Amino acid sequence: MDVLYTIFIDPFVQMAEAPDFLLQVVWEGFVAGILYALIALGFVLIYKASGVFNFAQGIMVVFAGLSLVGLHEMGVPALLALIMAIGVMAILAICIEKFVMRPLVGQPDIILLMATIGMTYFLIGLGEFIFGGEPKQMITEELGLPTGSTAFEMDNGGLVILQHIDIAAAVIALIMVGGLAVFFNRTRIGRALRAVADDHTAALSVGISLNQIWAIVWFAAGIVALATGIMWGARSDVSFALEIVALKALPVLILGGFTSIPGAVIGGLIIGIGEKIGEIYWGGLVGGGIESWLAYMIALIFLLFRPQGLFGEKIIERI
Amino acid sequence: MNSPAAHFSLHGRDDGLNPGDVLLDVRNVSLAFGGVKAITDISFDIRKGEIRAIIGPNGAGKTSMLNVINGFYHPQQGTISFRGEARRRMQPHAAAASGIARTFQNVALFKGMSTLDNIMSGRTLKMHRNFFWQLLHVGPARDEEIANRRKVEEIIDFLEIQHIRKTPVGKLPYGLQKRVELGRALAMEPDLLLLDEPMAGMNLEEKEDMSRFILDVNDQFGTTIALIEHDMGVVMDISDRVVVLDYGRKIGDGTPDEVKNNRDVIDAYLGVPH
Repeated sequence: MDVLYTIFIDPFVQMAEAPDFLLQVVWEGFVAGILYALIALGFVLIYKASGVFNFAQGIMVVFAGLSLVGLHEMGVPALLALIMAIGVMAILAICIEKFVMRPLVGQPDIILLMATIGMTYFLIGLGEFIFGGEPKQMITEELGLPTGSTAFEMDNGGLVILQHIDIAAAVIALIMVGGLAVFFNRTRIGRALRAVADDHTAALSVGISLNQIWAIVWFAAGIVALATGIMWGARSDVSFALEIVALKALPVLILGGFTSIPGAVIGGLIIGIGEKIGEIYWGGLVGGGIESWLAYMIALIFLLFRPQGLFGEKIIERI
Repeated sequence: MNSPAAHFSLHGRDDGLNPGDVLLDVRNVSLAFGGVKAITDISFDIRKGEIRAIIGPNGAGKTSMLNVINGFYHPQQGTISFRGEARRRMQPHAAAASGIARTFQNVALFKGMSTLDNIMSGRTLKMHRNFFWQLLHVGPARDEEIANRRKVEEIIDFLEIQHIRKTPVGKLPYGLQKRVELGRALAMEPDLLLLDEPMAGMNLEEKEDMSRFILDVNDQFGTTIALIEHDMGVVMDISDRVVVLDYGRKIGDGTPDEVKNNRDVIDAYLGVPH
């Protein structure tokens, strides 16, 4: 009975006893979830337009962050460095389209996946060559991002502390998601993106240039990567370790569906909040450290019941 | 004509050509995939304002011919002149930009998108505001969107598909999908419209509707049309001239009556051994 109590009753008793602490945990999870969602968003963009699982999204985050900080270290003012980092992502997108996507057009998906793995290692090498392998401090203040924190007092006297940078991350993520949704649904290029995702031949026949669309998609994913790099870098450092953290986007994508932008956001939040609550309230039972694998567990269970994800397109094969 | 279409126009560009002038000229085109010859030394022309049918038994090279014309395939030999400009290699989006639109044998629509969005995608080349304007989605980019949307609504009225404007096309019956695909091609305001079996798999009533739309498009907008079709009744009814292919070669070319009485054509259809 003791075991059942510690698993099913005790955690909830703890939550009820210290609601301020629970709120703090949920908020931490929410912020982590937003960052997962941002990374997942980059994956979704590319997957929607070219059906490629872009293994390199993680390193793109690192590379974008490194470019920004690296340029600043070389003496470029922060805002100019930001604009130049956007330029770097644009150049990267054009190069990927020209040297990777275009020669491999029409190849099986697995080939493209391998190509993105290759790109990952290329970018790791290039990044270390240019900026060195040391972790770098994100230039949070120089970019005009808030750094303080606000404490809210609860009825019972407890405190919930919100970092301003986290609030900014949430707001920026929201704006990006909203912007992308409008862009995809209401504009010519957005429509062209969806058209390419749907049927290459038909897209070509109405005058859509696949090359241009792919460059734009990789650029959009690059912008998302830059935003992610800034936000994540502000919380820890900009280092190559982020590349591994980016794989957390996998369970998020399984949960949200590979093709859905809202799915990426909601999937990110579920994973972020779920793993924080799991770690704090249940982690102790197995000696802690469940944060690193809980997300994959959730995704695995999810796969059994809804393989297309929460919002993914249902796959119906007509026979 | 009393159709609502009388009030709007989908004329292609003013290219100085008069009806009856050669719009597209195919000269000695050959196409092979490895050792398999799909098209062998074919020449024919399409004149402005006409409905030109391409017929022939299965595997005759009809669809390959369309694919050559709109740039999906690049022939090993021969040239194609469109409005007097000769070319051999052309990318599909460049063909689209020069005024060639098409539909496909097995409907190639954007299945996840609504009828409206599918037809809007045909306006891609008519919209010029760049990436950053579109990202902002204000001012000129918005005006442009609205103006093009108006044109699309007119096409939807013309094709009598108002009731399915918001329906994802994947859910539509086959006959309607074909009509949406025609709408998407029309939205490009093409000079030359290529239709690959526009009536395949349709029942009699749907075929009659589609024939009427094709004739209306040709009649009211002066659009030149090249079509592949297996229903001989329809072909003989609506086309001005017919070119007949068999085993990748041209075996007949002329008015429907001439073709009907051509010995080679009759043999090809009845299966006389070569």
